[in-house]
Parts: sequence; C-alpha cells; structure tokens
Amino acid sequence: MTAATATRRAWVEQIMGTPISIHLRGTAPMRRRVVAVEAVYAELRDVDRIFSTYRLDSEISRLSSGLTTVERCDPAVRTVLDLCEQARVRTDGYFDVHLPGPDGVARLDPSGLVKGWAAERAARHLAALRDDDHYVNAGGDIALRCGEGRPPWRIGVEHPDRPGGLVGVVALTGGGIATSGTAHRGAHIVDPTTGHPATAVRAVTVVGPSLLWADVYATAAVARGLAGLDWLAAQDGFEALTVLPDGRVAATTGMTTMLQRHRPPGS
Amino acid sequence: MRRIALAILSTVAALVLLFTYRTSRGPATRSTTATAAPPGVVSQHGVTPSATGLAGTGVPDGSPAAPGAGHGTMTVNGTRVDTVQGPVQVQIKITAGRIVDVVVLVRPAGGPHHDEVNNYALPLLKEQALRSQSAEIDGVSGATATSGGYRSSLQAALDAASGR
Repeated sequence: MTAATATRRAWVEQIMGTPISIHLRGTAPMRRRVVAVEAVYAELRDVDRIFSTYRLDSEISRLSSGLTTVERCDPAVRTVLDLCEQARVRTDGYFDVHLPGPDGVARLDPSGLVKGWAAERAARHLAALRDDDHYVNAGGDIALRCGEGRPPWRIGVEHPDRPGGLVGVVALTGGGIATSGTAHRGAHIVDPTTGHPATAVRAVTVVGPSLLWADVYATAAVARGLAGLDWLAAQDGFEALTVLPDGRVAATTGMTTMLQRHRPPGS
Repeated sequence: MRRIALAILSTVAALVLLFTYRTSRGPATRSTTATAAPPGVVSQHGVTPSATGLAGTGVPDGSPAAPGAGHGTMTVNGTRVDTVQGPVQVQIKITAGRIVDVVVLVRPAGGPHHDEVNNYALPLLKEQALRSQSAEIDGVSGATATSGGYRSSLQAALDAASGR
C-alpha cells in the first residue's frame, strides 16, 4: 500500500425536485466516502418526505391543511418552523413562509428555507471524513468545508442571463454560498409590501458562515429589490452581489475584494 | 490540468448535445463514423503522465490551484454519448494548459442541415470551452436549477468530470 493520493470524486442525485451534487477531495478511503455520501442522501430523502409541498401525504402538507398538529409531526418540523420565524424577524418580514404562492393563495411553504437548512445539516456526515474537503450543491446553493491549510473551493457565480457564463469566481474554505433570483424558474419571490413578484433585481448571491442564512438572506434581498444590497452590507459576516436587470453587477466591499482576487485571465 | 481537461470535455459534449437537439426535425440519422475511438488520453508530451481511465475512477487531483499547470500537449478523447440523433464524441487538444482545438470525432449526420448546424456550432463550442477553462472552478452557485437546465449546466459538467 503506497501513500494515499489525493483524489476527487462527485455524486449527484435528484432530491427535493433539484439536482444535489456532492464533491469530495482528499485522501479519505472510497468505502468511507460512499457510506458518508449515502448518509447525506438518505437524510435529504427523509427531509423531502416530511417537507415536500408536492406530496399530499407529507407532514407539511397535512399540517398546512389542518390534518395534523406540529406536536404530532417529526421534531424537524418544529425546528424548521422556529427557524422560519427567526428568518422572518431577521429579514424584517421580507422572508416569510406564509406569503401567497404564484397562484395568490397563502399557504404554509417553508421550501425556501428547507433546502439550505437540510443541505447544511446533512453535510455534517461529510465533515466526519477528516481527510477530505467537501461541498454539497443543492440546486445552486452550496455548503462547503476545507480542512485546515488546504486550498479553497473555487465557486463560480452563474450569470442569470447567460447559462454557463459566470459573473465571477469566489474562493471559499467554509460556510455557504447561495443565489436567489428570477433565473430558471421566472419570478417566484414575492415582495411582501406589494404582494407582487419581486423583479427589481435579476439575482442576488450571498456568501456567509452558514448556508441556511446565506440562502434566507439572498431570498430576502431579492424581495427587497434595489435596497437589498445595502441591507446585506449591514449583516455581519455576510457578503453579497446583485445582478441588475440591465446586466450590471453591484457588490458589497468584501465581495468586490473576493471577486477581484479570482478574476479569470483575459476578463 | 487533467481535471480541467475532463471538465472541458464534459462541457463540450453537453454543448454538442444542445446543438444536436436543435436539428431534431430531420429524418433518422446515421453516424459519420461507425465506431467511436476509445475514450481517454490519446497522447501526452512533456507532462508527467498519470493513470488513464476517464470518469471511471477517482481522478488524480494534482497540485492544487496550479492554473495552466503543465507545458506539454495533451490530446483527450471524450466518452461516446448516444443521443436520439445518434452518437456524439469529441476530442480536445491542450497545450501549456490551454485548450487549442476541439474536434468532433463522431457526430450525427442527417444531411446538409446537420452539417450546416455543425459548422456553425463548432466555433461556438470552442469559445465556450475556452471560457469554462479560464474560469477554473470547482462548483457553480445559481438560482434554483430545474432538472432540464441542470443537464446542460456547467455544474453538470463539473459533476460528470469527477463522477462515476
């Protein structure tokens, strides 16, 4: 047996209606990797069973239609609802899981928080692989970690109008990066002050110590529109960029520094 | 460099598929080449060779953050991909860490329209491949992708490059 060579391996599975990629990089043995990765996907499938608003028999659907109570649900439901309330308070109501959906009907839909929360929580199985760096990409929202002294993950921020094109690249060693906006699915974030879909910005990307909060803040910043970036700049530990409808990019000071450090050659 | 090459190959393959789908109104197609070339590194000069075997085993991840590492020339064949239009296979050449050529080894052939589209698509493919190479990224953050959008995304290419 020779000294372990660093290898890189990726998995992808469709859960919660979105492709979820796991990347591992390091010297952890493959059999331990497979066990950890399967634990992540198993946990995410459980989360989907409980929180899917597309399944009529999920606990969240039954709770939403009054067929059950929080007390009778999986403890994760209470955890998520508490986080949703925290998110509403922290974002001055711009992130609100009780807002009306695209059909105008108000119902309980914590999907906007569940994905980031679940990906970040499930990633702890990968942190047990001490010799590996990891990232979990849940439909564009990424929880990641690098071992001490190891190089960062270089994450491209996708341009909302040019699939495959990048706004920029940031190098991260921990925490999360999340993007919300009107790309791919059309406008689906509601401005609570007007009740209409928020369209003042095309996309907001937030980097921070936690994917859950980066994701919540990105969604809330889209809802806030042009004022979102200033609000984000005031959030300790978080940096952000906004792509405006005309394609221009605005960023917090910290984010500007991060992007300049990793400007691709020739741009 | 090897990892980058794999990512580019997947991106290019995905792009070939994209352009191929646009021609889907044609009659039943046949392939220009009966059999595909074996996937993997075809030739490698002036760089330390690593084990062959594309996208099948863990990809050796050499010295981290070494942009444009390696000064030799490397030619890599992608895996043959079967589409409704027929098989597609691409090859890329890399010199001094930069992609210098993209060749479609096997492509669907269904008459003049296909050739026209392919002639139009190739320069675009090369440009896209160059762009993804210069970015040198490990992952992509973007607004929630549908499964349809994912298939042709840069993240899908990165996943495929290190996937099973």
